[in-house]
Amino acid sequence: MHLSGREWWAIVHGMALGALFLLAFAGGLAEFYSLRSEELTAEGVVRRTRRLQIGTWLMAVVAWLTVMTGSYIVYPWYRDPAPSSPKSVLLSNPSTADWHEFGMEWKEHIAWIAPMIATAVAFAVTYYGTSLIRHQGIRKALMIFFTVAFLVAGVAGAFGAFITKAAPVG
Amino acid sequence: MTIIDHPGSEVASAEQDRPFGPVAAAFLAAGIGALVLGVLTTLAEASDDVASALEWSKSVGPLTGKTILAVAAFLGSWAILYAVLRGKDPKPTTVFTWTAILLAAGFVLTFPTFFQIFAPAE
Repeated sequence: MHLSGREWWAIVHGMALGALFLLAFAGGLAEFYSLRSEELTAEGVVRRTRRLQIGTWLMAVVAWLTVMTGSYIVYPWYRDPAPSSPKSVLLSNPSTADWHEFGMEWKEHIAWIAPMIATAVAFAVTYYGTSLIRHQGIRKALMIFFTVAFLVAGVAGAFGAFITKAAPVG
Repeated sequence: MTIIDHPGSEVASAEQDRPFGPVAAAFLAAGIGALVLGVLTTLAEASDDVASALEWSKSVGPLTGKTILAVAAFLGSWAILYAVLRGKDPKPTTVFTWTAILLAAGFVLTFPTFFQIFAPAE
């Protein structure tokens, strides 16, 4: 059972950070959803707001780390001109070429939009603090953008998993 | 912006009702960052010269320039908009609508089926 350095980085990029991202999103969404006046005491508002701040900033930081490790550490190995690189392998067969020409081409770009949205959401949550509960319209909008950031990263993550299955970085 | 009474209002009232301007700046900046990424992606596909100009790292390729410039646009426009909108209270629905429009444009321009239309014929 041996993993090369490249495989370790692929795991850090795709699985470790991916799992943290999922965890932060699930926690953040739950806190967003329950930040409603009829369900909370004053102490509850403080606790939930603190957890919401942690969840949204964690998701933003993890999203930045994921795109940076993906684009600047793993991607160069993927697109190496050598015939054995994943990109060359995928393009050498018409039945797998779309994994690069559509999947990777979409993933490598769209993924960078997720951390920008997630950062804006985390900033807004921190900016309003406990007073966010008094701005229900903004809370709902933040929840929508938070979900959009997750879905965008989800597209990139799903294609990453499929591409790795078709032609792993090794 | 609806303000309601609730059990946590005594906590929230410790913080002043803050203007929406700084949050508007962050969201519009995210939209601008996405749009810049989309425009650069499509331009790099349409022109080999643009793609070469964005190739700041041989191993990463044009993605280097696209991503660094998009992040610079995000951070730079956030700083500028923050300075302009600080203390102002724009309507949240207008700001969120413009953010959605900018993000949608970014999504379209980074969608391969769209930007590959502009690839030079081989």
